[in-house]
Amino acid sequence: MLESIPADWIWGLIGGMLIGCGGAVYLLANGRVMGASGIIGGLVDGSGRNTMAERLAFLAGVFLLPIVLKPVYRPFSTHVTENLAVLIAAGLLVGIGTRIANGCTSGHGVCGISRLSLRGMVATVFYIMAGGLTVVLFRHILGVI
Amino acid sequence: MNRLVFAFIAGGLFGAGLFISGMTDTSKVQGWLDVFGSWDPTLAFVMGGAILPMAVAWAFTRGRKPLVGGEFPTPPEPKIGRNLVLGSVLFGAGWGLAGLCPGPSVASLSYGGWPHWVFFAAMLAGMFAAPMVRSQLDKAVPAE
Repeated sequence: MLESIPADWIWGLIGGMLIGCGGAVYLLANGRVMGASGIIGGLVDGSGRNTMAERLAFLAGVFLLPIVLKPVYRPFSTHVTENLAVLIAAGLLVGIGTRIANGCTSGHGVCGISRLSLRGMVATVFYIMAGGLTVVLFRHILGVI
Repeated sequence: MNRLVFAFIAGGLFGAGLFISGMTDTSKVQGWLDVFGSWDPTLAFVMGGAILPMAVAWAFTRGRKPLVGGEFPTPPEPKIGRNLVLGSVLFGAGWGLAGLCPGPSVASLSYGGWPHWVFFAAMLAGMFAAPMVRSQLDKAVPAE
């Protein structure tokens, strides 16, 4: 157990750097901010009609690479809840919230903070605080998750 | 064509990073948010690791143009409005509930099982409804 903890941090750091390199490619090659909620949301609400192919190509990469890596990576579970109400409520909140805030962990977090954007930093502080309070409330007080 | 190839490469790096970093494991995300439980700092390493190359990339944009043409995005107006704060709070609540955010929700579709598809579908519905929610919000409480 003790040995496995630092390994998670190292994998986190390596994975994080890959995420940042993805953002760097999207920015330097295509001139776009890599924000997952914006890329998906533009397809859903029609605002990204003119850049549909680019968005789909990006999402194809996100979807396919784990399939390629899965056979060679250590096995793990996503430990996702099977509570239907929680899944639906969470999905709706994430969908509505990220589009109203105009960004999520990748756009506001990774791409915003790295350019010292005040908006990115404020958004990150609020979604982490809200997430922390939600876990405290629903796990430790209500015992739902 | 180049634009699509680079988008696919960027998405692939993003998906690979999300997969390897453990950020599609909802218990690691909720573990990071759970400061009163067994706190898991992995997310901080992921964020830090991602911000490093991104900061270099932003510095590199100065005085240059994107490889496939066009212009680099200009910094957004530094406006901290109602929508930024309220939207982030709603997003954070959903993130805490399920331990998933938009990027990992796509990366985990192939191996996470049916709950990931339910979350993903609900998220798409939320994104579809967001413009309506936003305009209702503006009607009820005009922003600024």
